Amino acid sequence: MSALIICEDIWKIYRVGDVEVQALRGLNLAIRQGEFIAIMGSSGSGKSTLMNILGCLDQPTKGQYRLNGIDVGHLPPDRLAEIRNQQIGFVFQSFNLIPRTSALENAQLPLFYRGLSLKEQRFLASAALQRVGLGGREHHSPTQLSGGQQQRVAIARALVTSPSLLLADEPTGNLDTQSSQEIMEILEELNREGITVILVTHEADIAAYASREIVIKDGQILSDRMTKGRSQVVEA
Amino acid sequence: MPTFVWLTVMTALRVLGRNRLRAGLTLLGIVIGVGAVIAMVSIGEGAKQAVQKQIATMGTNVIMVWPAATSVGGVRGAQGGAVTLTVADAVDLKKKIPLLSDTAWMKRDILQVVNGHRNGNSPVNGVSPSYLSIRDWTFSKGGSFTQADMDSAALVALLGQSVVDELFDPGEEPLGAIIRIRNVPLRVIGVLSPKGQSTYGQDQDDVVFIPFTTAERKVFGTPFLGSVGGLYAATDQAEDMPEAVELIREVMRSRHRLQTDQPDDFTIRTQVELGKVQEDTSQTLTVMLMAIASVSLLVGGIGIMNILLVSVTERTREIGVRMAVGAKRAHILIQFLIEAMTLSVVGGCIGILLGVLSARLTTVIAGWPTIISGDTVATAFGFSIAVGLFFGLYPANKAARLNPIDALRYE
Repeated sequence: MSALIICEDIWKIYRVGDVEVQALRGLNLAIRQGEFIAIMGSSGSGKSTLMNILGCLDQPTKGQYRLNGIDVGHLPPDRLAEIRNQQIGFVFQSFNLIPRTSALENAQLPLFYRGLSLKEQRFLASAALQRVGLGGREHHSPTQLSGGQQQRVAIARALVTSPSLLLADEPTGNLDTQSSQEIMEILEELNREGITVILVTHEADIAAYASREIVIKDGQILSDRMTKGRSQVVEA
Repeated sequence: MPTFVWLTVMTALRVLGRNRLRAGLTLLGIVIGVGAVIAMVSIGEGAKQAVQKQIATMGTNVIMVWPAATSVGGVRGAQGGAVTLTVADAVDLKKKIPLLSDTAWMKRDILQVVNGHRNGNSPVNGVSPSYLSIRDWTFSKGGSFTQADMDSAALVALLGQSVVDELFDPGEEPLGAIIRIRNVPLRVIGVLSPKGQSTYGQDQDDVVFIPFTTAERKVFGTPFLGSVGGLYAATDQAEDMPEAVELIREVMRSRHRLQTDQPDDFTIRTQVELGKVQEDTSQTLTVMLMAIASVSLLVGGIGIMNILLVSVTERTREIGVRMAVGAKRAHILIQFLIEAMTLSVVGGCIGILLGVLSARLTTVIAGWPTIISGDTVATAFGFSIAVGLFFGLYPANKAARLNPIDALRYE
């Protein structure tokens, strides 16, 4: 199996005033195509920083991060934007839909920046909404949708570009148990279809959906283990 | 790219539609600015044209030659003091300068004009027949005197409207009446169409014209036969005026046998120069009104900037999301610029309507002449776009420079 993500000795150092904060300290990680990973850790452990770097929203201070063979550590912002657009889908805890904009248009957004024609955008976005079970609600605005439905729109937006990597940052943090379950089932389903899913959570029952659980502490990997025995052992 | 721009414009309209009151108030700044520019400029242009019309009453393309001030023993006399210009000068100018369509001469005095028991003092001008055509005098009644009247020093007179009003009862027929100037009886053969005030504020209609020869031989009397108070010349084309002025100077200097080191013994003026002061005044007015109007446009622009900065702050998370899903800096920059320009263009369009409307109202209510030129409208519109672009740039750039992580985390 090919490695989708290779992190080698990743350091992230922030400077807050005179204080130097080492958010990541020489982290090594390899993720193969098609894995379903849960990243866990207490707040301040560095898991958000890791997610930002994996999502190409941020760049490591030191070390190498390769995504699909591309060293994204030193790319200019616009190139990173392109990579995010083509390879990565984001799902956030607070959904982050654009207000007073229909579900369809929200799902269209990445395609808009890809420069597709309006017709193609609509076609793909509406297919993506169908896939997350929101067919027929294309023209609802976020306020007309429940939390679970809003998160499904966000997932549709994330997968509309057929990314190789889906990053979900506490996707069920703002949802009730029922909706959480539905969202996780969708993510599980997408993973079965071949999308690599990386999930950040601190709820054990949510993490249980994943097939590999990584615990971060103090900017380093504390533990990395396979669960449910679905995948083969990975070299850490 | 066209899809992007079009969709961005749609997005901008929707965003503005979300906050109708806010967008409306922001628009108001630009609306008032553009409206004011258009209204003010059209009032200024109207005033300028009114002045130009007034200048035109002096006749078109007229060149005036007056005697220069005399200096006797170091004492400079008043202009026109010397008696240096003659009928022969006028005739010779026309013969030697083909550029001149005609020349005329005149002699003036302020005299008592009597009709029966009524009288008044008016400028009496002895003129050549060509004078009336050069100065664009037309007739409301009767007509001009002829070359034959000139030759015979006929006892005829033309009256300006003000003189008619003063000397005749309402309803009394001036044509054919006999008036007296210095006890010389003159028959009225024409009444001139009114011209109104001159650029100096003089009543141009308070005037009597008689043939030059009549004035010289029978009314004024003269120490030197053929001496005139002033010469007039006209060209067909306005562009020929400067050249004609120079040629007149040359011919006059050689006729008067002036050495190169001697100053002119005459003064040449054109109606363009005479009107210049007035035109400068109305130009100043236009510029001043423009400046005031520009200030309101500037204030409108600042309003746009303010509201955009608020919008950028409010929509920080949205910007973060857009960046996360692949918006480049240019995309964000263009989005906010388009929003700014949508505001200014919509405001500009409403402002144009309002400006045109208020210019019309000014004409109808205050009776001031206004001119709305396409140039003014285009300039005002261009300015409103420029204002949007200029004042949108800072907020748009601020949005584009946001860090996606910070933007996403913004509460």
